[in-house]
Amino acid sequence: MQINVKIKRYNPEADARPYWAEYKLEARGSDRVLDVINHLKWEVDGTLAFRRSCAHGICGSDAMLINGVNRLACKVLVKDLGERITIEPIRGLPVLKDLIVDMEPFFDAYKAVMPFFINDDPPPPAERYQSAEDRAIFDETTKCILCAACTTSCPVFWTNGRYLGPAAIVNAHRFIFDSRDQGAAERLGVLNQANGLWRCRTAYNCTEACPRDIPITRVIEEVKRALLWRGA
Amino acid sequence: MSEDGTNRLMNRAHRFDVIVVGAGGAGLMAARYAAQHPGVSVAVISKLYPTRSHTGAAQGGVGAALGNVSEDHPEWHAFDTIKGGDYLTDQDVAERFAVEVIEAVYELEHMGLPFNRTPEGKIAQRKFGGHTREFGKSAVERACYAADRTGHMILQTLYQQSIKDRVNFFNEFHVLDMIMEDGACHGVVAYELATGEIHTFHAKATIIATGGNGRMFRVTSNAHALTGDLMSIAYRRGLPIEDPEFYQFHPTGLYKLGVLLTEGARGEGAILRNGDGERFMERYAPTIKDLAPRDMVSRAMYLEVREGRGAGPDKDYLHLDLTHIDAHIIETRLPDITEFARIYLGVDPVKELVPIQPTAHYAMGGIPTTIDTQVISDGQNTIVPGLYAAGEVACASIHGANRLGTNSLGDLIVFGRRAGIEAAKFAASESFTDLPAGVQDRTRELVDTVRKGKRTERVSHLRRELQDTMQEHASVFRTEAFLSRQVDILRELQERYKGVGVEDEGHQFNTELLEAIELGFLLDNAEQLVHAALNRTESRGAHSREDHKERDDTEWLKHTLIYKDGDGVRIDYKPVTLGKYEPKPRTY
Repeated sequence: MQINVKIKRYNPEADARPYWAEYKLEARGSDRVLDVINHLKWEVDGTLAFRRSCAHGICGSDAMLINGVNRLACKVLVKDLGERITIEPIRGLPVLKDLIVDMEPFFDAYKAVMPFFINDDPPPPAERYQSAEDRAIFDETTKCILCAACTTSCPVFWTNGRYLGPAAIVNAHRFIFDSRDQGAAERLGVLNQANGLWRCRTAYNCTEACPRDIPITRVIEEVKRALLWRGA
Repeated sequence: MSEDGTNRLMNRAHRFDVIVVGAGGAGLMAARYAAQHPGVSVAVISKLYPTRSHTGAAQGGVGAALGNVSEDHPEWHAFDTIKGGDYLTDQDVAERFAVEVIEAVYELEHMGLPFNRTPEGKIAQRKFGGHTREFGKSAVERACYAADRTGHMILQTLYQQSIKDRVNFFNEFHVLDMIMEDGACHGVVAYELATGEIHTFHAKATIIATGGNGRMFRVTSNAHALTGDLMSIAYRRGLPIEDPEFYQFHPTGLYKLGVLLTEGARGEGAILRNGDGERFMERYAPTIKDLAPRDMVSRAMYLEVREGRGAGPDKDYLHLDLTHIDAHIIETRLPDITEFARIYLGVDPVKELVPIQPTAHYAMGGIPTTIDTQVISDGQNTIVPGLYAAGEVACASIHGANRLGTNSLGDLIVFGRRAGIEAAKFAASESFTDLPAGVQDRTRELVDTVRKGKRTERVSHLRRELQDTMQEHASVFRTEAFLSRQVDILRELQERYKGVGVEDEGHQFNTELLEAIELGFLLDNAEQLVHAALNRTESRGAHSREDHKERDDTEWLKHTLIYKDGDGVRIDYKPVTLGKYEPKPRTY
């Protein structure tokens, strides 16, 4: 089928400001959007810049705003979008070139919640035990691939870039609810600060944007309750 | 970075005791252990953000004889690895691996890795291809897993720990050369994607952990980034590549796309069926059937298709059948692959058969190393001072002629750890030597050549021709005629590669430039594989020659070492380290 693709382009070495470029091309319904932009880069305009690696929704490189929704370009097919496809960089992070944004602020927020296992007891010679039920409590939040689709869909983040954002909260949840971890109080302390958890206005955009189907809004509510009940 | 010219120049030279190239499982494990050595400075350089590394795509599990579900022993694991490798595995390496991988798995758990759990709360384990009890009697639960995203969990856990350990990262820095002088390595030269600047990384010890090269084939499970960069750079720098002819095709890639569906699916009971609905593996491996090693299953699939028993309108694929498995097990233990089938093929594995075909997956060969991950330069095990390699890019050789499922993740953690320890020990005992003059010259020349290229050839077209012809001539089955033809094709592609260039003249995020350079790396990787495959006139493991169908232990129980020699290649050999297990015919 013939499709019409509009891409928001910006080359810092040549353009004063971003502009829309339009391309008409043949595509199959089963093509991923990543296949479409690869085709454009390889056959039409080599200067088109975007990140990609695994091409099947695992590495988290290619989150983009596609037809108004944050998604991974490798996980959405042409047939699910129709003949008109609009692609922009994800919002709220500085655009560096075309669809490439500066990910450093995103990773800084992630690092702020201490996204690593904390347990200072000497480990046993074999594994620490954990029941299947305890393991299941934080299963959803172990799926995060740090693609930033959630954080950059959040209206609070758009207006306040210092808000830690849903991805950081998801990764805090992954440890706060792990029965083996001892760092919950410290993490809750970070989340209790001015640009932490309470900035969430339950817009639900994050949940809808997550390519890993993590129920992010629910996760954020669980952390809010933990903060209320356990204190920080 | 300062705008001041002098400072910019200074900033482009870096010095660390240990440099790790690659931020997947092996690289992050290496960095962690190197950094634990008192007083040793460490940095990781990666062309991607660390969490984009392809370790994250590994699904099924990491094999370790914990015995949590049923009795198991490292001796059984070592034997399975050696037999799975069709006796090309170095047996001392396999024996040590099978012991150390147990410690390494516990260590990952201590770092917080969220494994699935048994009812008692231990690490859950499931069956996987080629892993058996009592030296081949029946399948054993050895794969420690976290749903079907074990690699994702390993990558995330190690990256999380690296944040805790405050490891230095240079993300989106693309290594384009190694600094070699007098047979020793003194670091690397890298291109910074964001700026186009070239940086020198001076190191006492350099660890290569850059993964595989599957993008030389058309249908592959590998990420776009897996272009064998360091295997090519080492080769251009005069080092050999070991056993490149042994390349694994994973049986269950999604039809046409090659996206991986874990062998763990068959570990949970899934069955392979041909177009007639027959469970054809019963004919090829009567004892362990669908859980036979990958090389055997992929060959069986090719034969089914060739003999007209494929499925679909063109009878060119087969089916993975999960429909008899409890839907709850599918959704909880195999959620990701279930989603892949639904999204990409519109097929629901709970109710429908999934179309599959073998997909290019894993390089058993690579940069040759000792059991302690030191890179060697010849068949006499001459060590290259200051250079280490671990993970898929390396060849210790643990996987021999065919890797068993789950042993890739085991390899990363066992040999990544060892590389970190060994490199730090070496660095702590050495002092920095002066870098050779013109240390960036080769890199600048490489970049300038592509930048100023005539553009008479398109990178994407050459790459597609490379991938198509490699798939046709050098994949699951091989013959002298096809391989010789591929030698000619590669020579022609190398020639035409001189005509590539780029439209993008910019310096910031010039991904077009790097794709062009990566194609040059891929061409070298293909050259290594095809020449070595043509040279080896026997069938062993993943290397299956239709004109030499038998394994020939008299002539070929040895490792290939292939070197670049002017415009051609030179092939040498290295003996296989044997041990307890006498080479026997390989039946399952």
